[in-house]
Amino acid sequence: MARIVGMLTTSHVPAIGGAIAKSLQQDAYWKPFFDGFLPVRKWLDEVKPDVAVVLYNDHGLNFFLDKMPTFAVGAAREYHNADEGWGIPTLAPTRGEIDLSWHLINHLVERDFDITTCQEMLVDHAFTIPLKLFWPQSPCPIPAVPVCINTVQFPLPSAKRCYALGEVVGDAIRNWDTDKKVVVIGTGGLSHQLDGERAGFINKDFDLKFMDSMIDDPKWATQFSIHELVEKTGTQGVELVMWLAARAAVKGKVRKVHSNYHIPISNTASGLMALEALE
Amino acid sequence: MAAQKFAYLSRGPIWCRRSTTQRRKEITVTATKLPPIPGTTPFDGEQAKKGYALNKMCFSFNSAECRAEFLCDEEAYMKKYSLNEDQAAGIRARDVLGLIRAGGNAYYLAKFAGILGLNMQDIGALQTGMTVEQFKAKLAAYA
Repeated sequence: MARIVGMLTTSHVPAIGGAIAKSLQQDAYWKPFFDGFLPVRKWLDEVKPDVAVVLYNDHGLNFFLDKMPTFAVGAAREYHNADEGWGIPTLAPTRGEIDLSWHLINHLVERDFDITTCQEMLVDHAFTIPLKLFWPQSPCPIPAVPVCINTVQFPLPSAKRCYALGEVVGDAIRNWDTDKKVVVIGTGGLSHQLDGERAGFINKDFDLKFMDSMIDDPKWATQFSIHELVEKTGTQGVELVMWLAARAAVKGKVRKVHSNYHIPISNTASGLMALEALE
Repeated sequence: MAAQKFAYLSRGPIWCRRSTTQRRKEITVTATKLPPIPGTTPFDGEQAKKGYALNKMCFSFNSAECRAEFLCDEEAYMKKYSLNEDQAAGIRARDVLGLIRAGGNAYYLAKFAGILGLNMQDIGALQTGMTVEQFKAKLAAYA
């Protein structure tokens, strides 16, 4: 059966794509952010995952408000990035892992998650930038399966529900009949708010508590409603639900490989964690 | 206000609707659970309904051809997407807060901001009445 080697979570701010394109990794503004990825890449070189499952949220590239699935799973042979309208470079396509896609889909529906399946799916910066940060080579050297969670249009799925989704994703991977090693990635957050008079809101205390909880008390943030999370972390800070889902997929005890927290990247408190599965 | 805003939560198909009294009770409970967050407009069903035309126009800005068409004749492009007067006024004035009131969603509005060459700090400054430098300093102060 497949084995989950661990979990990676990172912010996915679009401006990171611009910084990579301009090779600003060592620039004073960007260095504290990019340097955080060096120990994580070293770990990835050691554990060598074969496949990534990426929990992310679309920001109006693949999905518009005409049809807005709460949870969507990619089932394509290849995932293309495209023009998102604000000038960040389009990244190379990522290979899919179609057997795992359908295995996840079958397992999720069997466990009462009424997901949307996508045999064609454009992936935006929330999918492409994290892969680029973890595997800077182009194209991404390992295939990936995107799992998209709606954080655009309320009502959003609760933190508790996203955690439960992650648990089933994890069970499905562990039940996948192959000897492949899988890494689960959650992208987004941490605290930030782009819109309204409260734009620029950041909550460092909450973020640090949340990052701590990911190690030994992963359900901690599931006590909060989406409304409470918006209040505590900003309108876009709710993207931490992807972190919760990724952590839930790993299940059980973990070892912290590395973490990094830096304020600000664009309008965002950026967070990064790499946790190795111990069970 | 809050009760009205979340009233849709209690609606359901006609065959499973409860009595008005039951519904009112539930709405009050829901409303107490959702106190407004100052300076924040969750993009809920009300906003999504109100802003559909505006957001659809902004979604089209994923395409370079559409961005060029908009820049060539903004009024004609807004008409093509049937923007209402509040939305058109917000686009003309580059008024981000006005566009949010008119139903705009942050992610789609960001594509409009991209056309104007504005980044997220510029947008943040516009919405908070700060200069861009002040807004950046506010962010950095959280570190």
